[in-house]
Amino acid sequence: MSKKVKVSVQGLYKIFGDDGASKVELVKNGMTKSELLDQHGHVLGLQDINVDMKEGEITVIMGLSGSGKSTLIRHLNRLIEPTAGKILLDGEDILSLQGDNLLEMRRTRMSMVFQKFALFPHRTVAENAALALEVGGASKQEQRAEAEKWLARLGLKGFEDSYPNQLSGGMQQRVGIARALCAHSEVMLLDEAFSALDPIIRSQMQDLLLELQKELHKTIIFITHDLDEALKLADHLVILKDGYVIQQGEPQHIILNPSDVYIERFVSDINRARVLRTRSIMKPLGGQDLSVALPVLADDNLESVIEMVHGDTSKSFVVEENGEQLGYFDMHDIVAAMVPQRAKEEWVG
Amino acid sequence: MSSYSGLFDLLGMREWCDEDKKPSLMSLGKLKGGEANWYDVKFPSLDNLHEACAKVPQTRDFTAGIEDGFLAIRPVLRTVLDPLTQPLSWALDGALWLFTSAPWWLLVPVLFGLCVFVTKSWKIGALVLSFLATFLFIDHYDHAMQTLAIIFVCTLICVVVGVPLGIAMSKSDRLQRAITPILDMLQTLPTFVYLIPLIFLFKITEPKLYGLAIILYAIVPVVRLTNLGIRLVDPDVIEAAEAYGLNKRKKLWGVEIPLALPTIMAGINQTIMMSLAMVVIASLVSAPGLGTLVLDGINNLRLGVGFVAGFAIVLLAILLDRVSKAALDRVNATQSNH
Ligand SMILES: Nc1ncnc2c1ncn2[C@@H]1O[C@H](COP(=O)(O)OP(=O)(O)O)[C@@H](O)[C@H]1O
Ligand SMILES: [Mg+2]
Repeated sequence: MSKKVKVSVQGLYKIFGDDGASKVELVKNGMTKSELLDQHGHVLGLQDINVDMKEGEITVIMGLSGSGKSTLIRHLNRLIEPTAGKILLDGEDILSLQGDNLLEMRRTRMSMVFQKFALFPHRTVAENAALALEVGGASKQEQRAEAEKWLARLGLKGFEDSYPNQLSGGMQQRVGIARALCAHSEVMLLDEAFSALDPIIRSQMQDLLLELQKELHKTIIFITHDLDEALKLADHLVILKDGYVIQQGEPQHIILNPSDVYIERFVSDINRARVLRTRSIMKPLGGQDLSVALPVLADDNLESVIEMVHGDTSKSFVVEENGEQLGYFDMHDIVAAMVPQRAKEEWVG
Repeated sequence: MSSYSGLFDLLGMREWCDEDKKPSLMSLGKLKGGEANWYDVKFPSLDNLHEACAKVPQTRDFTAGIEDGFLAIRPVLRTVLDPLTQPLSWALDGALWLFTSAPWWLLVPVLFGLCVFVTKSWKIGALVLSFLATFLFIDHYDHAMQTLAIIFVCTLICVVVGVPLGIAMSKSDRLQRAITPILDMLQTLPTFVYLIPLIFLFKITEPKLYGLAIILYAIVPVVRLTNLGIRLVDPDVIEAAEAYGLNKRKKLWGVEIPLALPTIMAGINQTIMMSLAMVVIASLVSAPGLGTLVLDGINNLRLGVGFVAGFAIVLLAILLDRVSKAALDRVNATQSNH
């Protein structure tokens, strides 16, 4: 993993209230969210957030409602000012940006997709999509051409001159995504972008996002409260609770090694066979009899492996990637991986 | 005499009370005070206390004090307000001249065209035409045009002042807190009371006297509804505007005002209707127009004159309401019914 860090959040604190700055010390000394509210009337939004978001990856931030996800993502384009901490974009501290530089950063380097779409109801679909270009002073033709290109890419050809409220929710969010893509920014922020959509549409939108990502290699920060969605999209998963990061890392690793009962509860409901991949449960090679082992791909999920052998418990497998043998496992390992693990007390991440 | 004389005696203040008085009256007061029965006991109002003790001021002294105070600051106020409001007089005179000296065969088509243009509706145009024809036919056309000219100028000023004020209020909670009580007062003050300080300030023959009265009364809804409209713009949409780097000016003109426009237009509609209500009352302070006919009806007991003028005012009200509502509907349509 030698990818460049695109966005780095370091020691970030956010305390809502008249005098948040003076309360940081209290929180650092261990005061909890409810104590801070009762004794000082301030709301603890975020505490000591340290996350590196790598270039070309999808970083998913997950947590229950009220855990601070929206607060965190709004720090990245400074819709919310931090109480303490640093936010680096390509190594540059964005907290030093002022006035026009800040507006320029929002227009050209970050684009945002919202849960409730937040399209301008008085503008056409094409005008909505071209917002960032319009703000940047591009010509009308340029705006139109770019909007048409991305709208067509998202399957909205022919709707350019419609108004947002003539479109279904799924289509409106496609316009929201087209608006983000038109900005040509390297970072995309999606705040529960698919949470307001029906399950089938939602699944389609997730596929669409992954497909676009293969092509465009953006740095995507995606927020969700849904673990299935998180696991489908995440390269890096960050789990928030009450404003602090409770665990972060590779999603498969988190499922197999939940560090906390809070995460265990999240993890216990999912279809593990479908989520876990062979690379996550394989053991190192050495000493096994590979002559009867069936070859499987490292990114195959366990469900497909079970299906392949029709549930025959005597089989064993060798994991391959690009023609190279990576590891070995048998049906016992699959069964063992099906059982959720208790959180290990001394988890180190 | 008063039953409260005893009280002042009891408090040992008699001497202070009667410093400027002849002692003989005091003894008389004492005598009568003793005979007062409980049924007739008076509330210790200023006037009643004054009877018992001349040092206590009467209510009349207070009203006189207000008058004196007002008269004292009048020259200062005049030197400030007079030049400031002079353009209002010019505008009113100019509009009155324009509306009354333009021949009917020119003005009627112009008004018709204007209404059709803002409403994009031939039906409204036909209504306007038939009402104007009615005014011409019953010989109330000149008065109606005078009223219309005044409403035109006053509404324009209300919008030019009120919309920016409403926008400023929507941006600052402090300004909102400061201005809301003033708006409440302007709205609840009986319409006649407006005229009192203005009569003191300006000559009754000056058009700005009634112009100010109308503007003060009619500006309230456009300020209120502009403020409300901007505050009610979907915060998600505002956030999106900010996230894509719109600056304050672009956010205001590109997002907030367009989205608040239906509410602002509703405010303008109310402002127009309130101008009409006030312009009739303002005929008391020499505002020309249909109101003078109503006043004539009241003063000289000419029932018919008053009724017909009242009828013409109703027609004018319907006309103004329909045209401004149709313009409002058109704004709504371009916003949401695509
Ligand atoms: N402007 C604010 N003032 C006070 N508290 C806030 C504000 N914004 C968010 N919060 C609080 O911060 C916490 C996190 O909110 P949010 O980031 O919206 O959570 P999520 O998006 O995960 O549902 C909540 O407890 C919320 O009440
Ligand atoms: Mg949220």
